[in-house]
Amino acid sequence: MNGVHDMGGMHGMGPIRPEPNEPVFHAAWEARVYAMTRALRSDGKWNLDSGRHEIEQLPPADYLRMTYYEKWFARLVRRVLRVGLVTRDELDSGHPAPGPKATPGLTAHMVPAMIARGGSARREVAAEPTFAVGDRVRARNIHPAGHTRLPRYARGKIGTIDRDHGVFVFPDTNAQFLGENPQHVYSVRFLARELWGDQASPRDSVYVDLWDAYLERI
Amino acid sequence: MTHPHDGGGHHHHHDHDHEHQAVPHDLALRVKALESLLVDKGLVDRAALDAIVDAYETRIGPRNGARVVARAWVDPDYRSRLLTNATAAIAELGYGGGQGEDMVVLENTPKVHNMVVCTLCSCYPWPVLGLPPVWYKSAPYRSRAVIDPRGVLREFGVELPDEVEVRVWDSTAELRYLVLPERPAGTESMTEDELAELVTRDSMIGTGRINTKDAKDTKDRKGR
Repeated sequence: MNGVHDMGGMHGMGPIRPEPNEPVFHAAWEARVYAMTRALRSDGKWNLDSGRHEIEQLPPADYLRMTYYEKWFARLVRRVLRVGLVTRDELDSGHPAPGPKATPGLTAHMVPAMIARGGSARREVAAEPTFAVGDRVRARNIHPAGHTRLPRYARGKIGTIDRDHGVFVFPDTNAQFLGENPQHVYSVRFLARELWGDQASPRDSVYVDLWDAYLERI
Repeated sequence: MTHPHDGGGHHHHHDHDHEHQAVPHDLALRVKALESLLVDKGLVDRAALDAIVDAYETRIGPRNGARVVARAWVDPDYRSRLLTNATAAIAELGYGGGQGEDMVVLENTPKVHNMVVCTLCSCYPWPVLGLPPVWYKSAPYRSRAVIDPRGVLREFGVELPDEVEVRVWDSTAELRYLVLPERPAGTESMTEDELAELVTRDSMIGTGRINTKDAKDTKDRKGR
């Protein structure tokens, strides 16, 4: 979607403000939101890509106003309501409705293994690469209304395949639960001048990781 | 519990917040209420939440990445493995997992400076750098890193000569990038542990460089 989250190249966002000796979490609630989001079992009702899309769908003004973990909390609340883990009444009252208690999918002793395992989006399946290292390609001028990882600043621009990372889940379909559609991901090198014109340094470039379906031969 | 968008009063009580980002005052209470509800329903285990927080507050952070960098500086074979199969080489030191499943390491040289961003969200190599700092996830960095990398670097105190090539890596897919900074001059006699102490988080994102002066200061300090 052409959302405000897709902000590469925008102006007017203000100065970058590094914080010396920044803590991992700035308040206990941030840590709890992070942990709850990781601990809840998805049962296929959300995934990495749908989760990113949930954040992108926040109203643009809210997206820009809210802090990072505030967005995560908004997503978490919407998510538990949407998939029916929690009802509106339970959320409002703070008390569970009568009924059997669930069993947590993650207990403390499982945490180190959960973190160490992660969840790679790489898929060991046979998929023919459409492009080879060195090929000149154009990022398609497409504007999907759903989730996509093709940033606007690269669309329609010409680059070169710098490396083939292998086969990965395709976010555009996975975010909508329409299948993983695994395909090759390439690092595509765009000259800074191709993207930004003569104001950019002639030496510089931007490397963007793009799926096969985002690219066309030229 | 109120709806997350109900708003309520806004307080500027978090130093890290951008002036447009004030957190509703009752947010901590609403988070606590949700946690209690999820625990009461048996959907999450409170001790598991504690363990997750503890892991990222104490165990998973940029010191891990610094160990990888220091090893690459002292061991040419390791450096070579790191640049060809980063995930496996990083796993040799015991690091890996969530948001570092598929790693790529980018080597800075006197001629090439690499810098990493995620313009679309906040992708960052958690196992080696920990959770990202606020500025990395912020609109100013995400918007400017790709269009004005040299300006961004200048703000971080990194002044690059025109002849150095800047490569910006936008983490749009599930590859996670770690920059291997240049080993500073004057560190030839330092041990791997001492070298690891020199390596800064920002140098591994590509927004910082480790300069010789810092290296000498550290060494002198250690010498005293």
